Amino acid sequence: MTGFINGLILLIVAAISYGTPLMFGTLGEILTEKSGNLNLGVEGIMFMGGAFGLGGVFYYEKLVGENANGVVAILVAILAAFIAGAFASLIFSFLTTTLRANQNVTGLALSIFGTGVGQFTGELMRVKAGGYVTISNGLKVFFSNTPFPKALTDIPYVGQLLFGHSVFFYLGLLLAIGMHLYLNKTRSGMFLKAVGENPATADAAGINVARNKYAATIIGGGISAIGGMIYITSIASCVWNHEGLAGVGWLAVALVIFCLWRPLSTIWGSILFGALMIMYLRFPLPFIPTDIYKILPYVVTIAVLILTSLRNNKDKQPPASLGLPYFREER
Amino acid sequence: MVRLEGQNAIELRNITKRFGSVVANDRICLSLKRGQILSLLGENGSGKTTLMNMLAGIYLPDEGEILADGKPITIRSPKDAFDHKIGMIHQHYKLVEVFTATQNIILGLKAKGGLNLAEANRKVQEICDRYGFEIDLKKKVYDMSVSEKQTVEIVKVLYRGADILILDEPTAVLTPQETDKLFAVMRNMKADGKALVIITHKLNEVMAISDEVAVLRKGKYIGTVKTAETSPQALTDMMVGHAVTLNIDRPQADELKKRLKIGNLTVKDKEGVKKLDDVSFEAFGGEILGVAGVAGSGQKELLEAIAGLQKLEHGSSILYIAPDGREQELYNLTPLDIIKKGILLSFVPEDRFGMGLVGGMNITDNIRLRTYRDGKLMLSDFAESKALAEKIVTDLEVVTPDINRTPLRRLSGGNVQKVLVGREISFNPTILMTAYAVRGLDINTSYAIYNLLTAQKMRGAAVIYVGEDLDVLLELCDRILVLCGGKVSGVVDAKNATKEEIGLLMTTVGGGKEATNEA
Repeated sequence: MTGFINGLILLIVAAISYGTPLMFGTLGEILTEKSGNLNLGVEGIMFMGGAFGLGGVFYYEKLVGENANGVVAILVAILAAFIAGAFASLIFSFLTTTLRANQNVTGLALSIFGTGVGQFTGELMRVKAGGYVTISNGLKVFFSNTPFPKALTDIPYVGQLLFGHSVFFYLGLLLAIGMHLYLNKTRSGMFLKAVGENPATADAAGINVARNKYAATIIGGGISAIGGMIYITSIASCVWNHEGLAGVGWLAVALVIFCLWRPLSTIWGSILFGALMIMYLRFPLPFIPTDIYKILPYVVTIAVLILTSLRNNKDKQPPASLGLPYFREER
Repeated sequence: MVRLEGQNAIELRNITKRFGSVVANDRICLSLKRGQILSLLGENGSGKTTLMNMLAGIYLPDEGEILADGKPITIRSPKDAFDHKIGMIHQHYKLVEVFTATQNIILGLKAKGGLNLAEANRKVQEICDRYGFEIDLKKKVYDMSVSEKQTVEIVKVLYRGADILILDEPTAVLTPQETDKLFAVMRNMKADGKALVIITHKLNEVMAISDEVAVLRKGKYIGTVKTAETSPQALTDMMVGHAVTLNIDRPQADELKKRLKIGNLTVKDKEGVKKLDDVSFEAFGGEILGVAGVAGSGQKELLEAIAGLQKLEHGSSILYIAPDGREQELYNLTPLDIIKKGILLSFVPEDRFGMGLVGGMNITDNIRLRTYRDGKLMLSDFAESKALAEKIVTDLEVVTPDINRTPLRRLSGGNVQKVLVGREISFNPTILMTAYAVRGLDINTSYAIYNLLTAQKMRGAAVIYVGEDLDVLLELCDRILVLCGGKVSGVVDAKNATKEEIGLLMTTVGGGKEATNEA
């Protein structure tokens, strides 16, 4: 019995560690989509976030050497990833909001572009550093270990469950709660939702549609990119690993739908998806290829889509103008 | 500043607005007084909404001036309009579906401090209580009826401090009970010293609610009269003007054959509002049946119902009597079913590129939309459609650079309409339905279309012509069916009827008999 419980705790802890990058990717995309922009470039944005986040902390350590401070390193990584993602989303916003390009096409192009830039940057750093980019073990632990003291994590069962995760998981929790409050309890959040629901109405009410779309998309893209950085620095142990990161961005897009565009739902949603991502490693089933196992998150997303469409609950639908360009009517 | 009742809140002086070569408003003068309700009356296209849109900041006048409290002002945007305390409630509501009434009302307003919905609810409720609006402020818009949505729009304008309210056909979507409620709050607002304008073409409402009536006709200002000193008949005369002679040929067919018998036709829209209400009439081969009515009286739904594009309510009947005497019921058939039954029904819809033709394709391909089933196996008969396209282009003198290359969108409106009408009549239809067939066309093309329709009538087809110009309807058609609010308000003989008679029928719900007696 104890063995089973311990196994379960290990699974949950691992699910949370795989779910954390997803949580950031999803929260960023939720903010973007609340403005009516469907940015399908999350995959590329997370690649860029991963490469630039790793680059940031790598060069920071190179610069200051042994004096490197863990907290500063984390902040540098977050900032570098955020800027990369924000820049990619700025391109997206300019093309779709200002030049009114098709959002699907632009998003897909950004995915291809972003994975290319991320891959190129990651490889370039590797070659320049002589074949292997990583940071010292002393610094790595700040990224992957819990920020809480041993006394807390040693509490039987709950210690690991509650306090055993990386600092990013707790940041993600705060971000999810913060975004929930912003969208539902503030004037500016309400205005942003109005832009995503009905831009013509928002425009007539004196809300600056373009500014809201730009801001939400750029900040959202930055947040998604942090997810890519978290994957590389914690799960991939600060080594550029494009194979592991591939597909995480698409999962985030699926998770947005799964969570019905609600920031708070991303907390449990990302843990569930994290679990689905690693189940094939922990519980391999005989005769079933792992690839079938890996599609589970997508199957669950489709099931949720079908269920929500069938119930036709207006509160559980995507923002009404999601993916549609907005032109101020000429008439 | 003391604001006396009856004082001019807004004055329009010689306002002119042109769209290209069309003069939508020609030197219009109008004054809105505080504590009064002004009705703006006119037929479709008479320029009522255009004029009010200039007050709402949607258009800028080309000439003339607007005075607020005696001082000239310029209204460049809806925000400017708000600054001058002018609020307009448009026909299409601008609301966020997933927000509550209150959230919609305070949307876009900046205020100090955080968002306090309870406080906002209280403030909005105060306004509702003052004017007698009944609304659940916490209800979300997607759960609301049309009337509730309208209430939210009006409260929204009041919450922003409007003193001058313009309502663009507010009763078009309301039931009689809801209309009564709206009029009650309008009277409350009037008593509170607000200036109100109601755009409408329903005469009974004009008589019921307004203090003064301003009449527009074809963009021109006809005059303002006190409601108490006028009658529906006098207003109709102002609205439609005197008949103009057009000299359209109207030969008589040798014999009339009953072709279509419509019984109790009822159609509801998505919101459950009846767009057609118990419509019954007959159409004969060898005559042109005109359909008159103000915009949105159910003309579109009527033609679409016959063409198999509307879901009919239970009890409706569309009986088709073929030239050989066989009868077929078309109730809830699809357009394909109708074609398969061998019924030659042609439909020239109002929305040419939306329903009739594909703008990006050339003439031949557009003709093929009707003939593509004629080929063998999977192949369409290309030679047939090509020959037909060439015949239509030659016969109807369609001007096109290349009939197989030029996309239809690049042709002028008249040529596009010729292609559409040409295609529809090329199958020798037994029923030909046209909606606003000459809208936007020049005089010569219009006459060409009239002649084509008359030729079809003489061939024995039952032609149904939905039009907006009463002069044309009176000279082209044999009988005219008048719709008002989805109901038949009368069928008149076009040879003896007068414009005033039809005008009155168009604007009087269910008052058909009384109106014909007067005339």
